[in-house]
Amino acid sequence: MPHHPSGFALSADRERAFREILTRYPTKMGACIPVLHLCQEQEGWISPEIIEYVSHTLDLPLSHVQGVVTFYTLFNQKPVGKHQVWVCRTLPCALRGAGTVLQHCEKRLGIHAGETTEDGKVTLRTAECLASCGTAPMMQVDKEYFENLTLEKVDEILDRLTR
Amino acid sequence: MIKRVNYLSKVYGIKNGWTLDVYEREVQGYQAAKKALRMTQQQVVDEAKKMNIRGRGGAGFPMGIKWSFMKPHPTKPAYLVINADEGEPGTHKDRTIMELNPHSVIEGCIIGCFGIGAHVAYVYVRDELHLSKERLWGAIKEAKAKGYLGKTPFGIDYPVEVYVHTGAGAYICGEETSLLNSLEGKRGEPRLKPPFPAQAGAFGCPTTVNNLETIAMVPAAFLMGGDNYSQLSALHHLRDGGSRLYGVNGHVKKPQVIELCVGVTLRELIYDIGGGIEGDRELLGVIPGGSSTPILRADEKVNAPDEKSPLHPWHGKSVLDVPLGVDTMRGIGTMLGTCCATVLAEGTCPVLAMENLMQFYRHESCGQCTPCREGGAWLFRTVTKILDGKATMEELDNLHDIANNIMGNTICAFGEGTAMPALGFLQKFRKDFEAYVLGERTREDATLLVNL
Repeated sequence: MPHHPSGFALSADRERAFREILTRYPTKMGACIPVLHLCQEQEGWISPEIIEYVSHTLDLPLSHVQGVVTFYTLFNQKPVGKHQVWVCRTLPCALRGAGTVLQHCEKRLGIHAGETTEDGKVTLRTAECLASCGTAPMMQVDKEYFENLTLEKVDEILDRLTR
Repeated sequence: MIKRVNYLSKVYGIKNGWTLDVYEREVQGYQAAKKALRMTQQQVVDEAKKMNIRGRGGAGFPMGIKWSFMKPHPTKPAYLVINADEGEPGTHKDRTIMELNPHSVIEGCIIGCFGIGAHVAYVYVRDELHLSKERLWGAIKEAKAKGYLGKTPFGIDYPVEVYVHTGAGAYICGEETSLLNSLEGKRGEPRLKPPFPAQAGAFGCPTTVNNLETIAMVPAAFLMGGDNYSQLSALHHLRDGGSRLYGVNGHVKKPQVIELCVGVTLRELIYDIGGGIEGDRELLGVIPGGSSTPILRADEKVNAPDEKSPLHPWHGKSVLDVPLGVDTMRGIGTMLGTCCATVLAEGTCPVLAMENLMQFYRHESCGQCTPCREGGAWLFRTVTKILDGKATMEELDNLHDIANNIMGNTICAFGEGTAMPALGFLQKFRKDFEAYVLGERTREDATLLVNL
């Protein structure tokens, strides 16, 4: 895998994953989103260096990669906290207390949705429907779902993250 | 009529139910694929047509007919793409399949690929669903190790590969052409149709896009025979066959996902399956199948005096007593959608509910078409203004115009998906909207919660 002058490089494991991803699609462009995920997994966000790197390695115009990154909600365009907390705010969750869960998180963490705690540990966000309506209210912490939330459960989860 | 079955859900409660061992032991896993690969392609498509599976993603298009649109191309390969970008507010069924019965998806993909003449299937999963992705990749690995996937599935010379592809957080990627763009590594913006995916889909090649539940249902339906499967449904005569996953959420005592034969009514879903309304309140309304499907009021009656109307048998009865089907829901002015109902109890504010949904649609518009991008934001702003007591009656009336001007003026159906529920709330709860404009109610009075 050629290294880009931007200086960004994937770890050896991820570079192997990159090569495997390329075999799944008939075009290099097909790998664009999975590879961006791979880069973000390593760095936490999509830096300008990553955009250059992906554009270079997949032979895509910079503007194309930039366009993809800005289109999708889950690509972070600036550094984020160590942990990501997403509280689903959409109707089925709202009907079962998502508003209260969100307010509680904001109060506990001392930040508004969209912000990161001062110590850089937690970024709090709202999510648009996470397909968990039957077990509402819910929140996603990093890669894990927490469902049928009560404020006590929320406290336990936040305690663990902020410890 | 409630008729519980467990073709998809039999392995749901079983320990390690998502593994190949359990799948083979409990539901004759991979026997259907083995059988299908020994038939001709045409026979497989004919069998699929007999199943009368109406697309489970929301549009309700007959699956077998969709498969039959695929014609071999002299130089280009064909693709099967599975839509598992579940993200419609109120919809929570596909996730259970991926997490608890992923092998049904892989087996469905083998049969589907053979039926449409494809050798590669992509399962497009929402990136948020990490457990789903893990289970699907796990199932692929197991199936490959057994020789069910790969160069010669079951020893037959018909290579099939299945890959999981993810988006990165965009509801619009559940729209099939937007999903294809996203699969190709582009922004998930919908494409103009025609050409339809069957002519030019993924990577410019003939493609069938099926919903995840649709494809996962195929192995079981195949084993019991297409026609037998279709006849499970009370709406078999309307070519709406078989069983499906029903969801119920919101203000019910027992929100859940359950597999039932097609033909259950909303009343049964809410009161028998859902256990009734929280706090034993009255029902205010129900969104039948995802937030894009217009809300039904508890006191609405079916108006179908014409004897030729498929709805005539329920003329004069409550809309809650009509069996949930693709055509029956259309007949009463809403849609079946994804068959997961969101229940609102009496005392919930419909204006606040609409504001919540309009915030969703404003956020999720891909921005390509002006009526949707600007209209969605305008709807949200105006409802917010109404709730804050700052809107005039003229602005309330404007909402109808804004919504009507989105309808039919956009590339994809997202515009209608925004406008139709908006119009539903406006028409059915006019007095609630007026109360805020007239200052009889304020945002402080509005709640979405049932306080027990």
